[in-house]
Amino acid sequence: MTPTLTGTKKVVTGNHAVSYGAMLARVQVISAYPITPQTQIVELLSEMCANGTLRAKFIKVESEHSAMAALVGAASAGARTFTATSAHGLALMHEMLHWAAGARLPIVMANVNRAMGPPWSVWTDQNDSLSQRDVGWMQVYCESNQEVLDTVIQAYKVAETVLMPAMLVLDAFVLSHTAEQIEIPDQALVDRYLPPYQPVYKLDVSDPRSFGALAPPDLYMELRYKMHKAMEDALTEWARADEEYYELFGRRYGLIEPYRADDADLILVTSGTVTSTARDVIDELRAAGRRVGLLKIRVFRPFPAQLVREALANAQKVAVIDRNISFGMGGIFAQEIKSALYNAPDRPLIFGFVAGLGGRDITPTVIREIIEYTESRDEPEDLIWVGVKR
Amino acid sequence: MAYDLLEEYLRVERLPHVWCPGCGHGVITHALACAMAELRLDPDRTAVIGGIGCSGRAAFLFDMDAMHTTHGRAIVFATGLKLVRPQLTVILTLGDGDAVGIGGNHFIHACRRNLDLTAIIYNNSIYGQTGGQVAPTTPPHKKSTTSPYGNLEYPFDIAQLAIAAGATYVARTTSFDFRDMVKFIKRGILHKGFAVIEVLTHCPTYYGRLNEMRDPYEMLHRLKEHTVPLEEWEQLSAEERADKIVVGELHCQERPEFVESYYALITRMQSQQVKGDGN
Repeated sequence: MTPTLTGTKKVVTGNHAVSYGAMLARVQVISAYPITPQTQIVELLSEMCANGTLRAKFIKVESEHSAMAALVGAASAGARTFTATSAHGLALMHEMLHWAAGARLPIVMANVNRAMGPPWSVWTDQNDSLSQRDVGWMQVYCESNQEVLDTVIQAYKVAETVLMPAMLVLDAFVLSHTAEQIEIPDQALVDRYLPPYQPVYKLDVSDPRSFGALAPPDLYMELRYKMHKAMEDALTEWARADEEYYELFGRRYGLIEPYRADDADLILVTSGTVTSTARDVIDELRAAGRRVGLLKIRVFRPFPAQLVREALANAQKVAVIDRNISFGMGGIFAQEIKSALYNAPDRPLIFGFVAGLGGRDITPTVIREIIEYTESRDEPEDLIWVGVKR
Repeated sequence: MAYDLLEEYLRVERLPHVWCPGCGHGVITHALACAMAELRLDPDRTAVIGGIGCSGRAAFLFDMDAMHTTHGRAIVFATGLKLVRPQLTVILTLGDGDAVGIGGNHFIHACRRNLDLTAIIYNNSIYGQTGGQVAPTTPPHKKSTTSPYGNLEYPFDIAQLAIAAGATYVARTTSFDFRDMVKFIKRGILHKGFAVIEVLTHCPTYYGRLNEMRDPYEMLHRLKEHTVPLEEWEQLSAEERADKIVVGELHCQERPEFVESYYALITRMQSQQVKGDGN
């Protein structure tokens, strides 16, 4: 169970890919509370901490709110910090998520996408993480276990550069509990990529400072402006971190990933594991001569609006698959994409599809139906529910 | 025992339950159903509220109004329910992590407030549903998936915590002592105020397996051997008490109950208002 291998191939679940990523990033403080389907991430990390494989403090707390509060304390003292959670655990952290971002602490967290209750569900959808869209955390949606591990390491690189916290997101069970072969990078190379965290400001008895003081109206807005600027800088930093990662480890993912989209009339937009299924469907339809392509959104916050505009510029129609719903409006990725395209001179028609809530499978058949529906319509539609029994 | 009445209280179509073979949760749930039957509770005037964890699944086994709430907050859901429907008998099925871990703050305030609720705490010393993580009730040195080399922390004594925080009926028993369970649950329900019945129970799947006690019968016997009834406990020296846990009716007192006080206040203020209007 305890890892000794680095720079080798290993068959691991998405959850354990997160744990190995945190281990390789040499995190110093971990604090977490059990919640399905995340728990395996911190179980492996607690074992690594207890047996000395990972020289980190593991703090067992009484709730997710406390887990994030403990990390705020540790990160304020200059430690590299990590936690993992899911669904209601993330919701309970909400107050502390604002605090971590406002305090400009580069905390990294894994959130296993699980549907919110009631009714209770343990299966995947994105409403938990997307409900935290505006707290000031970067959000990165992963597609494979390898991407999960690599993203943990990249997330520290970016977070510690721009001083904003980062959340990587993986689908419940489809990734969290599914094993596939991944490469565990060599520790020495990771160390070269990710040197120890050197905070500019920290709690230090030899140089005392106060944190969290009251900001009157003539100061508060400037601090918010700086957070937004940091998020804008993060777009460049994610691209840079991804390129540096590629040079050392041979893998890169982009902030978005267009696939066979250059000459496509219709582009499908996906995030998370649906992307892998969609890629197969696109290949199949391309083989049949259809001009369809795919755009994967990986980095959701900061939102890579310019890249999305460029990727969709030549399409006539765009079909967005949202595994989430903003009640009273529609799919959240579709909203963001429409917003990003509104001021573009030539805009494709956008079709918003909501599918796969609460872990319902989004199969190749479902994706083919979405593409066929979009092809058969001349007028765009904001919200199409896929496969709902009415 | 009113076994023939159990079908009035349990959703028998949901049986057998989903807990692991050898788990004590079914025994506690059975005792609760027996207590309801012996008291001839009206199912239409009874509600069972569960939290999260293995114990949270108990609520839906009862053929009456039931809620499966969020982790740690069952007491708060029940507080709202009881204040709006004071005539209901409201019973909580809580786990140890649920009641004194994530929900610890609500638990002590419910004790302090003395609201007429009956909380049955299924204490298996571990987070079972998520796969065996350390809990605020895990004894020192015991193993869990997040304390693989032994727990460094010290646990809550739930019954003592409840007494200290102001609960007006507190009893503790084990999943071995079926008749005591039924007796204490009945008294807790009849008691006017916040009643806590802590049941020490066995989790062979996680707690047992991780601590070299995977046989449920062995775990049950250990519960029996390590617990001492209150009257015997009082005769023991400090040394003799060292590895023992006291069980029995540990605390019972009369103190104004919150819902009654609340409604009495409204009645009093309204009558004063009427008088005031007359002047």
